[in-house]
Amino acid sequence: MHIVVCIKQVPDSAQIRVHPVTNTIMRQGVPTIINPYDLFALEEALRLKDRLGATVTALCMGPPTASESLRKALTFGADRAVLLTDRYFAGSDTLATSYALSMALTKIGEEFGTPEIVFTGKQTIDGDTAQVGPGIASRLKLNQLTYISKIVATDLEAGRITVERRAETGTQVLATRLPVLITMLEATNEMRRGTIAQALEAARAEIITWNASDVGIEDLTRCGLRGSPTIVKKVFAPTARSEAAEMIAAEGTMDAKARAVIDAIFARAPGVEDDLTAQALHHYV
Amino acid sequence: MADAAKPAPAKGGRANTKKELPEHFKAYKHVWVAVEIEHGSVHSVSFELLGEGRKLADKRGVELAAVLMGDDREALGQAAQDCFEYGADCVYIACDPALKHYRNETSTQVLTDIVNTYQPEILLLGATNLGRDLAGSVATTLKTGLTADSTELAIDEDGSLAATRPTFGGSLLCTIFTLNFRPQMATVRPRVMAMPEREEGRSGRIVEFAPNIVEDDVVTKVLDFIDDRDSDTAALPYADVVVAGGLGLGSVENFQLVKELAAVLGAEYGGSRPLVQKDWITSDRQIGQTGKTIRPRLYIAAGISGAIQHRVGVEGADLILAINTDPNAPIFEFAHLGIVADAVTLLPALTQAFARRLRVTRMAS
Repeated sequence: MHIVVCIKQVPDSAQIRVHPVTNTIMRQGVPTIINPYDLFALEEALRLKDRLGATVTALCMGPPTASESLRKALTFGADRAVLLTDRYFAGSDTLATSYALSMALTKIGEEFGTPEIVFTGKQTIDGDTAQVGPGIASRLKLNQLTYISKIVATDLEAGRITVERRAETGTQVLATRLPVLITMLEATNEMRRGTIAQALEAARAEIITWNASDVGIEDLTRCGLRGSPTIVKKVFAPTARSEAAEMIAAEGTMDAKARAVIDAIFARAPGVEDDLTAQALHHYV
Repeated sequence: MADAAKPAPAKGGRANTKKELPEHFKAYKHVWVAVEIEHGSVHSVSFELLGEGRKLADKRGVELAAVLMGDDREALGQAAQDCFEYGADCVYIACDPALKHYRNETSTQVLTDIVNTYQPEILLLGATNLGRDLAGSVATTLKTGLTADSTELAIDEDGSLAATRPTFGGSLLCTIFTLNFRPQMATVRPRVMAMPEREEGRSGRIVEFAPNIVEDDVVTKVLDFIDDRDSDTAALPYADVVVAGGLGLGSVENFQLVKELAAVLGAEYGGSRPLVQKDWITSDRQIGQTGKTIRPRLYIAAGISGAIQHRVGVEGADLILAINTDPNAPIFEFAHLGIVADAVTLLPALTQAFARRLRVTRMAS
C-alpha cells in the first residue's frame, strides 16, 4: 500500500506577534513547525504502515526551507519526502494550492505507484480554511472523507475503508472505496518520536524536489496569485475593545470575594440569574 | 504560502484590479444560502445566514434564495416555510432518497448542478464540518473563490462581496474578494451572525430541482450515526453559560474546580488550547480560533491569559468574567468584569456562594 501525507510548514501561531504600528505579522524569530493537524495525519499513516505494511510519502508545498519539515517527517518514519517548490506558487490561495498539490500527487502516483490513501490534517493553523483537502479530492476525483476521528477498518483486498467522521451533532460511520483522501481531526493518540537511527538516516536522505514544470504544470496562470480567484485586499489588526474590564476589588475572605463577584455579575446582567436558577434546579434536584 | 494570509499585492497589480467580468458570469444574480440539514433538522447557522443574506440581497437589489437538499418532501416543505419566514424569497428543493444523509459526493454534485442552472452571484454556507466539507468541494468544482470562516460580510461600492475573516490564528483580520469568478462563496461559523427575526406567515416561490443521482452509483455509504445526545459530547457553541479554565489552574486536578462550578450553574465547561495539548480536556471542549466559537450570556474564564486565539472564540459572549492572578493579563482587556485572584482558591468559593444563592432563590420561588 502507498500512502501520501500532505504536510505544511507553518509559523508557530502561538508565538506570532503583530507589529503595533504597521499591523503586519512579525515573522522574524518565529519558529516554524509542521502544522499540528498534519502531524495527526502523519501519525495515522504510520500506524497503518505498522499494521498493514505501507510506503509513506510525505509531500510538502512551500519555500525551499520547508525541507526541514520534510526531514522531520522522515525522522518520524516516512519513507520518502517530496518538496514542491517554485516561485510561481507564491501567493497561492486554496484553489491554486490544491491545483499544484494535485499535480504533484499525480506525478507521485506515476513515479512511485498510485496512493490508496492521501492524508491531510483537517486544516492548517495559519490559514484555518480546511479547504485544501477537499480541493485536492475534487481535482483528483477521490472519495473525500473529512474530519475523520478514527479509521475503523481498512480492507485492502476489497479496496474498502470504514471510518468515523465527526458531523455537527454526532458521529457518522462511513464506508467507501479506495483510493480516498482523508483529513484527520486532532487525534486522541500522541505523535511518536523518531529514533536516533531514523534521525541520522533522515539527515542524509534525499528530499525529492520538484518545481512546477517537473509536475507537468504548463499553464502557470493557474498557480500563485494569478491562479487564485480570491484576492486579499486589506489586512488589519482587530480593534481593541475601548473599555477595559471593570475590576472587582473585593477584600476579606474568599467567600466575601466570591459574593462580590456574583453581585457584580447580576448587577451587569440581571437576566442571567433566571437562567441559572432554572438550570441549577435541573442539576441540583 | 497557501491560504488566505498571503500579503496584499502592490496597488495596481493585476490581482487586485477589477476586470470586466467575463461575459458568461454576467447573468449570475441573487444571493443564496445552502441550507444545512442533518437528520431532518435545519442547523441554526442556516437561518443566521439567511438573516445576513437578506441584508446583502437588499443592498444588491436581488432575491435571496435557500437551497434545500434531502429525502423527505414533507420535511423539506416545512423547512422551506421556515426559510421564507427567516427572509428567503425563493427556495430550491432537491428531493431524492440518495440525499437522506449528508455525503460529500451527492451533495457536491447536486449543489453544483443547481448553481450552474440558476447562477447565483453569492453563495453562503455554514462553517460547520458539513458546510466546510461541501463548500471546499463545490468551490473547487466550480473553480471559484471561497472565503472560510468569515466573521463579517458586506457589499463594497463596486457591488462585490467583501468577506472579512481572521487569519494567523486570529492575530489579524483580512478582507477577501472574489472579483472575476462566480459565484462568490463564503462560509460563516455558527453564532457569529445574529439570528434574524422570524416573520410568521411570510411566503415565497418554490422551485423543484430534480437531482441527477442514483443511489447505486454512490460509492460512499452511511453505515451508522451515533447521536451526540447519546454520548458525553460538549455542546459548547449553544450553551448559555460557559465556564472555562486555562493553564493558570496549574494542574489537571485543579481543572475539576471548573467542572464543579459548571455543574452548579448548569453550564458547559471548556478550556484554552494548551489544555487540549496537555490532555486535560478533549478537543471538542477547546474554545478559541482552532476550537469552538461560543456566544453565551455568561462566560467565566478562570486562569486563562487571553491570547488572541482565545479572544476570537469568546468575544461574542454577552458578559465575560475573567479571573487571573496577573493584573496585566490580556484577558482583562476584553473581559467585561475582572478579578485579580487565584482561580484555584476563588473557584470553590464561587461554587459554594452560587449554590447558596441559587438555592435561596429556588426556595423563594
